[in-house]
Amino acid sequence: MSSENIVMEQVLVNGLYLGMQYALIALGLTLVFALMNVLNFAHGQLYVVGGFITYIIYGKLGLPFFVAIVASGVTLGLVGAVIEKFLFRPVIRKSVREESTMLLAAAIAFFLDAIILLLFGEKQRGVPKILDGVMNLDFVVIMPYDRILIAALAGSSIVAFILFMQYSKPGRAMRALAQDRIAAQLMGVNVDRYSMVGFALGAMLAGVAGGLLVSIVGVNSGIGGPVSIKAFMMVMIGGAGVISGAIAGGFILGMLESIGLTVLVAYGDLTYLVIFVSLMIFLSIRPQGLMGKPWG
Amino acid sequence: MKRITFLKASLMTAALALTGVNSPTTLAANTVLKIGFVGVTSGPAASWGISNQRSMEAGAAIINDNGGVKIGSTTYDIEIVSFDDQKDPKRAIAGMEKMAQENIHYVVGPNVDDGAAAVRPVAEQNGIIYFPYAFPKSLYQKPASNAVLGMVANYQSGPAIYKFLKDNRGVNTVAFIAANESDPLTQRESGVAAAEALGLKVISKTVTYQVDTTDFAPVIIPIVKLQPDLLVLSGVAPANAPQIIRSARELGFQGLISTETGQDAQVLQEGAGSLANGFISVGGASTPTIRTKNMEAFIARYTEMFGEYNDESNTKVYALEYIVETLKANPAAINNVDEFKKTMDTFSAPNQYLKGDQVLRYVGMSSFGQRRQLSIPLVVNVYNEGKFETLFIAEVD
Repeated sequence: MSSENIVMEQVLVNGLYLGMQYALIALGLTLVFALMNVLNFAHGQLYVVGGFITYIIYGKLGLPFFVAIVASGVTLGLVGAVIEKFLFRPVIRKSVREESTMLLAAAIAFFLDAIILLLFGEKQRGVPKILDGVMNLDFVVIMPYDRILIAALAGSSIVAFILFMQYSKPGRAMRALAQDRIAAQLMGVNVDRYSMVGFALGAMLAGVAGGLLVSIVGVNSGIGGPVSIKAFMMVMIGGAGVISGAIAGGFILGMLESIGLTVLVAYGDLTYLVIFVSLMIFLSIRPQGLMGKPWG
Repeated sequence: MKRITFLKASLMTAALALTGVNSPTTLAANTVLKIGFVGVTSGPAASWGISNQRSMEAGAAIINDNGGVKIGSTTYDIEIVSFDDQKDPKRAIAGMEKMAQENIHYVVGPNVDDGAAAVRPVAEQNGIIYFPYAFPKSLYQKPASNAVLGMVANYQSGPAIYKFLKDNRGVNTVAFIAANESDPLTQRESGVAAAEALGLKVISKTVTYQVDTTDFAPVIIPIVKLQPDLLVLSGVAPANAPQIIRSARELGFQGLISTETGQDAQVLQEGAGSLANGFISVGGASTPTIRTKNMEAFIARYTEMFGEYNDESNTKVYALEYIVETLKANPAAINNVDEFKKTMDTFSAPNQYLKGDQVLRYVGMSSFGQRRQLSIPLVVNVYNEGKFETLFIAEVD
């Protein structure tokens, strides 16, 4: 087997792993946009809070990792519900200007950044490994077991979310809301309730992603902004407000990163330059993204 | 009515007494000497600036608790005035302008190259001496004269570390990895030049990563395949170091790993565990075997004030100490930075944080042609099972 083949197999596995985590991060952001037409700039900060909750429960208190993930998801779900009910709902009701919700989201992001720094400090935090050992397939593919587990858990979360949206009553209501808010209201969908459920679900997904990834990359109080930017990139690639688009965007970005970091390594610091240039060209040709609708 | 007045007076007295317990100097009525800090205390690099700011605040608290510092015939309490530049040069300029408006002449920071370069005109026009944690030589070489490098630069520590590892650990091949940002990339370039000057073979110097990377495996694989004797993490932030080390080790990297930046043992422990054993980094008065009781007291005060110590402060403890001791040596410098500059050429004081006979003095003649650097001991540490051990100590001239 040639060295090129060895590299490409590893690159594909890395790309799939990255794509899995990116898709999970982007899902919540696109869900909130689909339901409420809100660009939630605080999505990355919600991810960070989820990471710190898992850090406290699993890393500090020594409770099982699964308990910590559930706690991260539930807590962030509650936080999301509160944010929607007491902050976004009144603003959406009183203001017809879309930038009002954008400003509110930015304010929440800054507020959470400050609170997180105050509560958890400036240091990078990490937790004990959830699984020891490395899978080594004859040096063709090398992947630590904990990354495989995290990828599987992220994939399961994505599948559970899709099933929930597809087959549950709240899921159907939220899809109706995303398709046409007025029509859904006329058909008896409680817009306020399902907006809150949707925002809570979006925040929960961010919290679960943060909780899962703290076991691999740790967490620090300043990473919220960069996580939001990356999530927006995935949503732009896939199409804002489209669930399948966010998943596709996550996998595309993960694969582009993995390939770029391997193929372009000899040319220096080009991977993200190439990704951003490609994104600009792509958006100029198809501004609604891969799966978004041109009319909004 | 009288009873209410009495109660009010009692409550006020009790409040004042309680305040006095926590901070006796607030009642000392000494003249206040303001020292500034302009640096990054929010965002992904917050750790760098916060450890600076908190080191200054802990140092000031110790001085104030002891009744202040006598400079000439006046006793001063130290007040730290801080400004978060968010790692943005425009904000750094605004911060330095704020310091000028408050008539502050001595400022610690900024933490990064572009911020330190941006504030230079403001500092020079307003008579401010500033102590950046940034490495461009032009900041410290003539005609510049107001910037004083606050730490050991990587082009000073790098050669010392590489030479030690070449002579003692048989290192022949080196690979460099850096974040895709100006400071780490600059440090990588000077690290590569230093390694090549020592006769080491640089087998990789193009691998970079984004600071928000969530999986370092694809980044590090090209280097792991080359299996260099030494992997240098140029200018690595404490947030990224454990992740890179962990990925490299999990993918089978066998060689040594080092950096020229300060790190925190707890962060390494939490992020990489025993995989970080053997990681070489730069510290200050860091390990228990070399630090004095004064350093222990500083760590205790810092921990008391902020709940948790940060090992990055082992190098950042010195800036305030240098400012205060230089002003003590020449009280005329308190409002006149030209006097401060004159004193820098001859200044010498005991190093109260490090055992042995090392002294505080201004250095930099070799690197900058003038004394525009704090003489921070170059303590090179190796991480082992949750704590640092001193590998060797050197001095910059």
